[in-house]
Amino acid sequence: METIKTKIEVKERDRLPVIGDREAVFEARDLSVFYGDQRAIDSVNLTIYQRLITAIIGPSGCGKSTFLRTLNRMNDLVPSASISGELRYRGIDLYGPGVDAVEVRRRIGMVFQKPNPFHSSIYDNVAFGMRILGMKKDLDGRVENALRAAALWDEVKDRLKDSALGLSGGQQQRLCIARAIAVEPEVVLFDEPASALDPISTSAIEDLMHELKRDYTLVIVTHNMQQAARVADMTAFFGLEVKPDGSRYGVLVEYDETAKIFTNPSDPRTEGYVTGRFG
Amino acid sequence: MSEPAFTLKATGRLRRRQLVNQAMGALALAAALLAVAVLAIVVISVARRGAGSLNLDFFTQSQAQGFNPKGGGVLFAIVGTFVLVGIASLIALPLGVLTAIYISELATPRLARIGRMALDITNGIPTIVIGIFVFTVLVAAHGQSAFAGSLALSIIMLPIIARSTEEVLLLVPPAQREASLALGVSRWRTTVQVVIPSAMGGILTGTTLAIARVAGETAPLLFLTSLGVASHADANPFHPLSSLTLVIFEYSEQASPDYQSKAWAAAFILMCFVLFTSLTAKLALARYRKKLEG
Amino acid sequence: MAPRLVWLVVTVSHAHEGRRAPDEDRPVLEKTRGWLDRIGDPALKVITFSAAALSVTILGLITYELITGARLAFHSFGLGFLTSQTWDAIHNQFGALSLIVGTFVTSVLAIVIATPLAVAIALFLTELAPKHVRSLLGALVEMLAAIPSVILGLWGILVLGPFIQNQLEPFLGSTLGFLPFFRGPHSGTGLLTAILVLTIMIVPIVASVTRELFTTVPSELREGALALGATRWEMVRGVLLPATRPGILAAVALGFGRAIGEAMAVLMVIGGTIGIHLSLFGHSDTLAARIAGQYQGSSTNLQTSSLVYLATILLVISLVVNIGAQLLIKPIDRRPRRRRIALDRAFEAQGLSAD
Repeated sequence: METIKTKIEVKERDRLPVIGDREAVFEARDLSVFYGDQRAIDSVNLTIYQRLITAIIGPSGCGKSTFLRTLNRMNDLVPSASISGELRYRGIDLYGPGVDAVEVRRRIGMVFQKPNPFHSSIYDNVAFGMRILGMKKDLDGRVENALRAAALWDEVKDRLKDSALGLSGGQQQRLCIARAIAVEPEVVLFDEPASALDPISTSAIEDLMHELKRDYTLVIVTHNMQQAARVADMTAFFGLEVKPDGSRYGVLVEYDETAKIFTNPSDPRTEGYVTGRFG
Repeated sequence: MSEPAFTLKATGRLRRRQLVNQAMGALALAAALLAVAVLAIVVISVARRGAGSLNLDFFTQSQAQGFNPKGGGVLFAIVGTFVLVGIASLIALPLGVLTAIYISELATPRLARIGRMALDITNGIPTIVIGIFVFTVLVAAHGQSAFAGSLALSIIMLPIIARSTEEVLLLVPPAQREASLALGVSRWRTTVQVVIPSAMGGILTGTTLAIARVAGETAPLLFLTSLGVASHADANPFHPLSSLTLVIFEYSEQASPDYQSKAWAAAFILMCFVLFTSLTAKLALARYRKKLEG
Repeated sequence: MAPRLVWLVVTVSHAHEGRRAPDEDRPVLEKTRGWLDRIGDPALKVITFSAAALSVTILGLITYELITGARLAFHSFGLGFLTSQTWDAIHNQFGALSLIVGTFVTSVLAIVIATPLAVAIALFLTELAPKHVRSLLGALVEMLAAIPSVILGLWGILVLGPFIQNQLEPFLGSTLGFLPFFRGPHSGTGLLTAILVLTIMIVPIVASVTRELFTTVPSELREGALALGATRWEMVRGVLLPATRPGILAAVALGFGRAIGEAMAVLMVIGGTIGIHLSLFGHSDTLAARIAGQYQGSSTNLQTSSLVYLATILLVISLVVNIGAQLLIKPIDRRPRRRRIALDRAFEAQGLSAD
């Protein structure tokens, strides 16, 4: 199938109003991701801008999570994973020589699909990252700030020493967010953050994201289009290409302002997905 | 693009943390290598000193009597080991399998838990204690015999066979049982003629592991079937018979290097048997589990 | 499976053809159940229950018999047996204290050395080793547990002993000799040799159980730590180890239980001497080794009964340790199937080494 060229890269003079003069945080150039010989994502060209919420949507198997995990080098944990092309973080090649993945992950945090609090107290969960980094001064204050920023402080301030496993699902997820922002990242990645939660917790998380946007760049993978429409400034639609030889991989089909993606997409594949015809 | 004002390279504190990380990794690797090295040292020691003393005489002649180090085979000890382990298996296998059937298929959850716990605890009892137990029950009144030794060995084998059979029974897909019951086959037939045959591979490998384990036992036999009587052909379980392990122990107590080399040779034979049997049984068990699970 | 099932049903139905008069009112299924099937179910239950009951009561039987056999010695020495250091066959005076101390010293030191090694090995196998190396290395470590203890004892006397006497103890004596633990004449047999041999035996047990434990920790937990910018070691120390602490304790308990029960290897290398002293270079004895060492027979009934008394003490200690390990494992048992399999492997690991 012919790849229809759409306006994926936003050029300087054509910048969307929502982007304004924001810095480019991530720049992917011809980025492809492989697991061994299997191509998972093909040739993505995409720029993610500062302090915006960028959503990544698409059918299952199109590589959304894979792409997300490439952004903070979590894909390194899979032994057969490799990339080709280039991925720059604020100008620096993320996969360049000498780049330390641990430092990358400190700057680019991640919240997972299923809340995964550590088997320790609420306080220790939030303090974990800070202790590792040696941010020991005024730990109590920092923990409080992180929990406030995650809209969890009021609910747990009297039981910080209790086990984190005693919290509800929505609370645990907010705890994971608090823990992630406690290490003062620049970016926070969300991998289907509310898919394991009930609607009320989901809505709380979404409100939280609007707040977090003021200080952090957020990238969200979601299979829930309504969520993307509610929350995101920019939306990238990944589609699934199936080659005649049976190989399947994800491609970036369209990337634009959320409103445009959902109301007037340029690519028929995008339109098919967002109108629910397939995917 | 302007010059980036920060770096993603490891600097300062992170560099130290990465060094600690690497050091810990090196320690872990060292520990693993140490374990392998010790294994290699032990196995090679035994092989080097034992294989050299092996000759046909060693196998075929009876144990040397007194302090005559010339000659001296361990044939009767090997026969003794076979008899001891064989009879123990005959006792432990049916008992263990039946116990496992009860615990996994027929017991209430509470009784099953009690049963498992009792088996696990029995598995942890020192084998010398089991030997003393059989001694007070049997030997004090009736004298030593290979049968007493087998009894002790069967107590050791029982929990191993029961637990591994239970595990295998639980791995048999419920669909098989359900299909059989749905066809109107009674429960007992389902268990005996469908589930057990399906689990047979696992049961046999579990038994083999238990055999490998008790073939190497010495302590329980010390009081039950005496040493140094393997001077004549004897496979009567009601007489005390020797075993390969007892021979190794007995010869190790002697100062003469000739006896020592015979100890090494016997150790070599035993080690080969136990390691080979354990390894193949574990491989078979792993493959069997994968087949049933995946 | 399917052909077998078909064969079975055919056999069953053929067995009942013509045996009963066809009865139009009875449902078809009931027609195929003859007398064998009717008694088969309860019979199976009775037979297997008896087997299980027997297996379980063996534990009680052992306890009872040992207590009975020790009665003579208990009447003669009472609980003072536990605090007396004497073991004198000539004067018919026996006491267990020296042996109890020896048992604890050897086992505790062995577990202290073995645990960090075992945990390190387990960590290497689960976190660091590449996939193909993992199973091979794991199998090698388990092979170490399969070596019969009499062979390890033989190796201990004839290979490790000389090394300890000629290299290790002189070295320890010269560097750490200011401590009372490393003084005295050098010998190939003694506490140090016994401790090292015991360590070799229990490392594989603790390592196998711990390794299984680590594989049951969900990867999301690990990833959560790594995504925060933790190094692998920081993830292990801050998340993995705390999360598995009860299981590791259970593994340690299993290893300790194995160590206190070891008779042969200890008997062969420890020197069989009564007396409590500080130096690790000296000879000692343990409960299990002393019992085993008396295999050539006792001169008096009192001596025999004292041996059984020793066995009872050993049994009690081992029951306490084992039940303790079971209790530690219990909270893990309630979690899904993967943990149960981990427990079964733990059980296997314990049952691997022969005494």
